[in-house]
Amino acid sequence: MLCERCQQRPANVHLTEITNGQKNESNLCEVCAREMHLQGLSFNFLPQMSLQNFLAGLLKHDPGIGQAAHADVAGKSCEKCGLMERQFVKQGLLGCGHCYKSFEERLEPLLRRIHGSSKHSGKVPERAGGPLRQAREIESLKNQLREAIKLEEFERAVEIRDRIRELEKDMKQGGKQPDAGQGNI
Amino acid sequence: MPVKEIFNNPNSRWMDDDGPETGVIISSRVRVARNLKDLPFPHLLDQEKSENVVSTVTPAFQNEETFREDRFEFFRISELSPVERQILVDKHLISPDLLNKLEGKAVVLREDGVVSVMLNEEDHLRIQCLLPGLKLERAWEIVEKVDNGLEKTLDYAYSEKFGYLTACPTNTGTGMRASVMVHLCGLVLTRQLNNMLNAVHKLGLTVRGLYGEGTEALGDLFQISNQITLGQSEGEIIANLNSIARQILAQERSARTVLFKEKKEMIMDRAWRAFGILKNARVMTSEEVMRLISDLRLGVDLGILPAMPLKLLNELMVMTRPAFLTQLAARDMEPHQRDIFRAELVRNGLSGLDGLAG
Ligand SMILES: [Zn+2]
Ligand SMILES: [Zn+2]
Repeated sequence: MLCERCQQRPANVHLTEITNGQKNESNLCEVCAREMHLQGLSFNFLPQMSLQNFLAGLLKHDPGIGQAAHADVAGKSCEKCGLMERQFVKQGLLGCGHCYKSFEERLEPLLRRIHGSSKHSGKVPERAGGPLRQAREIESLKNQLREAIKLEEFERAVEIRDRIRELEKDMKQGGKQPDAGQGNI
Repeated sequence: MPVKEIFNNPNSRWMDDDGPETGVIISSRVRVARNLKDLPFPHLLDQEKSENVVSTVTPAFQNEETFREDRFEFFRISELSPVERQILVDKHLISPDLLNKLEGKAVVLREDGVVSVMLNEEDHLRIQCLLPGLKLERAWEIVEKVDNGLEKTLDYAYSEKFGYLTACPTNTGTGMRASVMVHLCGLVLTRQLNNMLNAVHKLGLTVRGLYGEGTEALGDLFQISNQITLGQSEGEIIANLNSIARQILAQERSARTVLFKEKKEMIMDRAWRAFGILKNARVMTSEEVMRLISDLRLGVDLGILPAMPLKLLNELMVMTRPAFLTQLAARDMEPHQRDIFRAELVRNGLSGLDGLAG
């Protein structure tokens, strides 16, 4: 059998295409099959933008996010690492952990745009997240306390209450209440 | 195997065929980005300061009991030969980006290649675990253990609100990129790949070719990974990717079944042709080997070809890339010489197997 496409080489490759439940079959030579295969793929592999270019584009063209994109706007800079807002807009990379505080207003909408959220809900590291870890534990103990009271398990309730007091005392002595946002920067 | 063997032995743990679903899902990877609290991110560091990162992080591996059971070895990228660097990329133990600028770049490798920690890539640390088959939860457990061990002595840049702070805002939060490497020849042959890719994109995942961003899908191999790192927990990210990987697996399996049922001769012909060429050819390019190995995988999976370890096929994929060929030949070669040497290696690799099963 000859290739349906070029009618020259033997058809060694059989393609079965299923589109919307319709089956299409074709017999092709290896050369044609590869060409068509590559064509099919090129749809999925449109020249991939690098993430940084993508970000830079997002920052530049969105007036709400990228006001400092124009060279004539000085823009803020990070007091810790010295990164200028302009640089961030251009490269899409932050300079240090403190940049998240320095450019918070600009970052929040950007993070929401990228992730659909601007609030971390994952892992809390043991040391760096110490106060937050305790705060979350107290929160969970308070829930248990309410539950215990509801079930009239008063002995257990007293135990839980004491544990909460202990934790709250620890946190005060540690001197660091978890503040609204930036635990560790 | 001693860690140095990483450059001479084509095997890496992820190539083994004892993982779940290795017929379609070759490997699972979890990687997290971490930064040190008081230092600018790597792209702002000069050579001296990037050395600070290295000298701060390396003792953390020695102090911790987490790292006692396994052997870890430290490599400065600048001290490796160009061929050795490329072998680490080809084995997926480091990213190609780590080779952009060599100053201050380093990697800490566990001897079996399951864990690797890159230093001064886009972030100060990139902790990765790579396992054979569909094993995302286990990979995350291993990464988390290493992460916790390091955090005992390292101060991470972390905020309650934004989570782990990374150089690029696309990694902020969990800093996690979880991915599976999948062999989708069935979907490619039945031309259903586009539909699947579109669906996957809509679910917030990225699909790329084998060797990272911008590379084409050599050998019908794809990497599927999460995009969102903020607002979802690590467990949620893993569970989401896991369930999508299972759906893709089911679709690929049914595509293969349809092919085998309805086009048996064509598929058999394809598999046997690939086997014949790989066993006999005298000159082969890297691309041709990748393409034929894809057909071979399908033939083995459908029981058309004699059973052969997938491990061997995975190793051949890495061995026949230019870097490993050069390492094995212990000399530089012209591309044409490489093609001859490559064909010889493949013939030797498959020599024990014969075609009696047909
Ligand atoms: Zn043709
Ligand atoms: Zn900064």
